[in-house]
Amino acid sequence: MMSAAITTRPPTAPVPHAPAAGGTRRRSRLRPRLELAFLLTPALLLFIGFVLIPIGVAGYYSLYSWNGFGPLTDFVGLDNYVDAFSGDVFQGAIGHNLIIAVLSVVVQLPLSIGLALLLNRKLRGRTFLRMVVFAPYVLSEAVTAVIWLLMLQPGGFVDEILRGVGLGGLVQLWLADQSLVLYTLFVVITWKYIGFGVILLLAGLQGVPAELREAAALDGASAWQTTRHVVLPLLGPTIRIWIFLSVIGSLQLFDLVWIMTLGGPANASTTMATYLVDHGFKRYEFGFGSAVAVILFIICFVFALFYQRFALRRDTAGALTGAR
Amino acid sequence: MRSRKPLALFAAAALALAGCSGGGGDASTEGPVTLTWWHNRTTEPMKSKWQQIADDFHKTHPNTSFTIEPLQNEQFQTKVPLALQGNTPPDLFQQWGGGALADQLKSGKIADITQASSGWIGPLAKNADGWKVGGKQYGAPYLMHAVGFWYRKDIFATAGITATPTTVDELNAAVTKLKTAGVVPIALGGKDRWPDAFYWAYFAVRQCSVDTLKKAVEKTELTDPCFLKAGENLKSFLDTKPFQDGFVGTPAQQGAGSSAGLVANGKAAMELQGDWNPDVMQALTEDKEIGSKIGWFPFPSVPGGQGDPSVLLGGGDGFSCTTRAAKACAEFLGHLVGDDVQKILAETNSGLPVTPAGVAALKSEPHKTIAAAMTKASHVQFYFDTAFPTKVGQALNDTIANFFAGQGGPDTIVKSVSEAAAGNK
Repeated sequence: MMSAAITTRPPTAPVPHAPAAGGTRRRSRLRPRLELAFLLTPALLLFIGFVLIPIGVAGYYSLYSWNGFGPLTDFVGLDNYVDAFSGDVFQGAIGHNLIIAVLSVVVQLPLSIGLALLLNRKLRGRTFLRMVVFAPYVLSEAVTAVIWLLMLQPGGFVDEILRGVGLGGLVQLWLADQSLVLYTLFVVITWKYIGFGVILLLAGLQGVPAELREAAALDGASAWQTTRHVVLPLLGPTIRIWIFLSVIGSLQLFDLVWIMTLGGPANASTTMATYLVDHGFKRYEFGFGSAVAVILFIICFVFALFYQRFALRRDTAGALTGAR
Repeated sequence: MRSRKPLALFAAAALALAGCSGGGGDASTEGPVTLTWWHNRTTEPMKSKWQQIADDFHKTHPNTSFTIEPLQNEQFQTKVPLALQGNTPPDLFQQWGGGALADQLKSGKIADITQASSGWIGPLAKNADGWKVGGKQYGAPYLMHAVGFWYRKDIFATAGITATPTTVDELNAAVTKLKTAGVVPIALGGKDRWPDAFYWAYFAVRQCSVDTLKKAVEKTELTDPCFLKAGENLKSFLDTKPFQDGFVGTPAQQGAGSSAGLVANGKAAMELQGDWNPDVMQALTEDKEIGSKIGWFPFPSVPGGQGDPSVLLGGGDGFSCTTRAAKACAEFLGHLVGDDVQKILAETNSGLPVTPAGVAALKSEPHKTIAAAMTKASHVQFYFDTAFPTKVGQALNDTIANFFAGQGGPDTIVKSVSEAAAGNK
C-alpha cells in the first residue's frame, strides 16, 4: 500500500568542505582539537571516575571472597560467578527479570499505544486525561510502593473495591501468594510506568504529518488502515526506544520489589538487583555482591549492544554508530 | 533500635559521601577534639534528646565537641563498612554488637575500650556482654531490648482467656479460643522476615540449655539435636495456623494492615515483638488508649525443653568508638550509661535502661515488667542474626522466612547456618 515510500529523514547531504589556506591550516586544526579537549574533559573525567573505574573495581572485587573489611586477600577466581549461577535463587531472579521484561513489551506496549492514540484525538478534557495517565510516573518509586503495599494487604483498599463492585470472588492474597506476587508487582509497575510510554508516544505522534493522514484519507484508507499503515510505521523509532528503556528498566527492577515484598515470599519475587542487595550488602559479602553486579551489568550491556546494532540501527544512524 | 523501618531505603547514594566531617584532635593528646557521631534516632523525641545530651557533655567537658549525623537505621548496613574501609570513619557510631561487631573488627579501626571503660562498665553487668569480642570490650549498650508477646487485654477477656499462657499448650489453647471468638490469634509481619526469626529463636531458646546456646554462637553451628527439635516444635505450632491470612506478605510496622497495626486496631490479639512495639502501635491507630489496652508476657515454656524459661531473646542499642579519638569517645560512652542519662532514656520508653538506676526510673507498666524479666533472666540470648556473623545470621533469617512460606524443613534451617559459615551462597 503506502507505507513503502514514506520517509521523514532528510537526505544526508555531504558537508561542504571549505578549502583552507596554507598559512592558517595549522591553527585551524589545532583549535578544534583544543576546543574538543576543553569541552570533553570534564564529562570524560566524570564518566571515567564514576562509571568506568567503579565497573573495573567491581570486576576486581568480584574475584575475591571479601566481607568489606580489611584488605583483599582471599582470591577465589571465578568462584563467585559459579556460586551465583548455580544457585536456585539467582536463577529464579534472572527468570523473574525476564518475565517482567517480556510482559512489559507484550502488555504495556499495546496499552501505551492505545492510550496514546486515544489521547491524541480531540476530546473533551484531553489535557486533564493526559495528566491523569502521566501522574503515577511523577511519584517516586518508594511512594508508589508504599501506597500499593498498603492497598494490597488482605482486606485492604483493593479487596474492598473488588467486593464493593461484586467481584469479591477475585480477591486474592496479592502479595502473599507465591505464584501470584510477581504478577501483582507487574500490575503496579504498569500502573506506574504506563504514563511514561504514553507521553513518549504522544510526542512521537506529533511528528506524524497531518498531510499524510489527509493523503491516506483521500486514497480511501479507513481509520484503522491509516493507523496501521501510516501512523504506526512512523512511530517506529519511538516504539523501539521505548522497548529499549523498558527492557533495561525491567532488568534493573529494584525499588518497588524491595519495598513491597523484599523479594519474597520465599524468593518468589526476587530480582537480580534485590538479590544483589540481599546477598551482597545485607550479608557483608561484598565480593560476591560485586560478582552479581558485574553479571547484571553484562546482561544489560550485551542487550544494549545487540539492540543498538540490530533494532536501533536505522534510528540512530550517524548519531551513535559510524555514519557509513 | 531494632524497629527496622523498611521505608528507609537501601541507599546506593551512601556509596558517595560517607562521613567526611570531624575536626582535629588525636587519641593520644589532651587537646580539643570533635567527635563525629552517627546515631540512628532520626525522629523525635530521641533526636533532640541526643543533641541535648551531647551539648550537656560539652559544657562539662569543653575539650570535647560533637558533629552529630543522624542516619536512617538501614543506612548503617552499607555506610559503616564503607566508612571503616575509608580513612575518616565516624568516631562514634550505632553498634548492635554480636557477629557484626566481630566482622567490623577486621577493619582494625574499632577501638578496644576495655581499659577506658573499666571505671563505669560494672553496673551494666551481663548487658555489656554483647559488645565484647574475645573478652575485650569494643563498645557499650545504652539501651537493651527484649522480645515477648504483646497482647490485647480486652480481646483476651472477650475470648474468655483469664491468664496469660505460660506453656506452649496454654498458648495453643488460647489460639483456639481466640479463633472461636472470631479474632486473628496472632499477627505476624512475615514480609520483613526478622519477625519470623523470633519464633524459631524462641523455640530454640526454650528447647536448648543456656550452655548449648552459648556454644552454638561461639562455634557458629547448630549441630546440637535440640535445634532440630526446636524446628519441629515450630512446625507443630505453625500447623495450628495461628496467624492472619497472607502473613508472609504482611509488613511488620507499616500501616493499619501491618502486624503491629492489626493488634493496635483490635483485628488481632497477639504479636511476638520487641519492647518497642507500643510506640509502633500508637503510630498506627487512632485509639489513644492503646497503651493501656496492651500487656506483655514472656514466650511460654516448651514441655520437655532443656531451656531455662526465664531466658529472654533480645539485643540492644549501643555505640562503638573508632581509634582516632577513642579516649574522649569512651568517656562519652561512660556518660551515656551514667545515672543521669539512663534516667532520661528511661522516660522515653524507647528501650530498657542498661543499669539498675535506669531501670528504677522506668514509668511504663509493660516496660517495668520486661525490665524485671530481663533482670531475672539467667541469660539474654542475642537475636541469632546479630549473634552470628552477618552472612550467617542473614542466611538463617532467610531460611526461616522460607520455612514460614512453606519451603524447607527443620533440618534446612539447621543446615543453613553451617553452609553459610562454610561460605556457601
